Amino acid sequence: MVSFLLAAAIFILAMVALGLFRVFCGPTDVDRMMAVQLLGTGGSAVLLLLAVAVEIPAIVDVALMLALLAAFAAVTFVTSASGSPAAAEDATDSR
Amino acid sequence: MSMANAFDVALVALLLAIAVWVVVARAAFSAIVVFIAYGLLVAIAWVRLFAVDVALTEAAIGSGLTGMLLLGAAARLRGTTASGRCGLTLRIVAAMFCAMISLGLGAVILTPPDVVVTLAPAAMANLPPSGLGNPVAGVLFVYRAFDTLLEKVVLLLALLGVWSLTPDRLWGGVPGPQVDAGPDGMLAFLAQLLPPLGIVVAVYMTWTGADHPGGAFQGGTVLAAMWIVVIIAGLQNAPSIDQRLVRFLVVVGPAIFLGIGLAGFALADGFLSYPAGYAKPLIIVVEVALTLSIGVTLGLVALGTPQRMRRQ
Amino acid sequence: MRLALDIFTALAVAGGAFFFLAGTVGLLRFPDTLTRLHALTKADNLGLGLVTLGLLPLVAWPLGALKLISVWLFVQLSGAIATQLIARLVRREDPQA
Repeated sequence: MVSFLLAAAIFILAMVALGLFRVFCGPTDVDRMMAVQLLGTGGSAVLLLLAVAVEIPAIVDVALMLALLAAFAAVTFVTSASGSPAAAEDATDSR
Repeated sequence: MSMANAFDVALVALLLAIAVWVVVARAAFSAIVVFIAYGLLVAIAWVRLFAVDVALTEAAIGSGLTGMLLLGAAARLRGTTASGRCGLTLRIVAAMFCAMISLGLGAVILTPPDVVVTLAPAAMANLPPSGLGNPVAGVLFVYRAFDTLLEKVVLLLALLGVWSLTPDRLWGGVPGPQVDAGPDGMLAFLAQLLPPLGIVVAVYMTWTGADHPGGAFQGGTVLAAMWIVVIIAGLQNAPSIDQRLVRFLVVVGPAIFLGIGLAGFALADGFLSYPAGYAKPLIIVVEVALTLSIGVTLGLVALGTPQRMRRQ
Repeated sequence: MRLALDIFTALAVAGGAFFFLAGTVGLLRFPDTLTRLHALTKADNLGLGLVTLGLLPLVAWPLGALKLISVWLFVQLSGAIATQLIARLVRREDPQA
């Protein structure tokens, strides 16, 4: 079971690494920013698998920390790219 | 090769590839995104080295706050052109310097002494009288409390350094641009939902630091992040830097720490020693005060220099 | 019982890994920013959810399980919001997208 969980962690790590190619190719900056989203999700998955594999529950706290701060980079990018959060939200008809 | 070793090899290979990419990347934005990835992978590496406290801080600051600061800087630099590229000499010197450091580190790590000198057993053995279960907290607040106190002062100095970049006419102003929030908007939704949960997590992180990985710094970083989210969404205005409450909160942590340290002269053996039996309550008081201070200080550092005066 | 739970864990984690694969393939191969965003958010969050589900039998109950689920919920929340913000930014910058 431990080997299986670690193998899954290696696989997801490889998926995150592949996803970073989008940073290399992605024509716009928005494409590059999406890689950070991938990191947040994939990194949390890897950390959760590690936490159970090595039986250190504190590692789930690291995943918790990552999950809390995952939105940060995206929020900063969006507000700095458009100038103000109100401008970023009037693109489509909002409620 | 066992699966754990395979994971470590994969992680290290990825880390090296990403590190090279950060250095080689042409566009600043690509480099920043890859740097955030690098921070996350280093956090996983810390986890593999069983340094979970460091991993917590790396995940929070290395890929969270630092990523945010770099993205803000990149946004400001957009549209400007670099004033000039580094000359070849400088690059060669830098490369030689890095190579020397790498070789030195490699030599030290690959040829360990026959008997490894370590204080770990002694540190663990002396922990119970302080009431702490986490050896990192023991080092921070019992064995090397002086270093921790100085680190908090360094954080304060960093904030003063950021503030010192303010133009004279804006002194006492408000950091960050004016934000008009749509109260029904997406960001406002995030800023209403996330901070209460984040505060719970921050309290949990600080409290659990006594016995498990965590502590005042990690809790304070989460508090700072939540505060920044609220300000970026425009639900609350950034405070002007001459507000008394702001300055009080920034100072209260190190001040209480210093006060308890000085009280050690009268009540215990000397500076920063705790009276017998009162170690845990005093450390808890210090940690709570430090969490508040670190949260406010890190938030202010991330918000930057004042950019406008407060509307009267 | 233990065997049944282990099989459940193996299937759920394998399913989660598969969805991560799907998400990355989508990120690399889809033609357009918005479609890539869609693939990324939906598939990866589902992958994380399946991994969390698979790990639930292996952690201490109730607090460990609660922490695991809260990690997944936080990632979903920030993922959903970040996706909306990024998508609106793309729409604003390129109304034909």
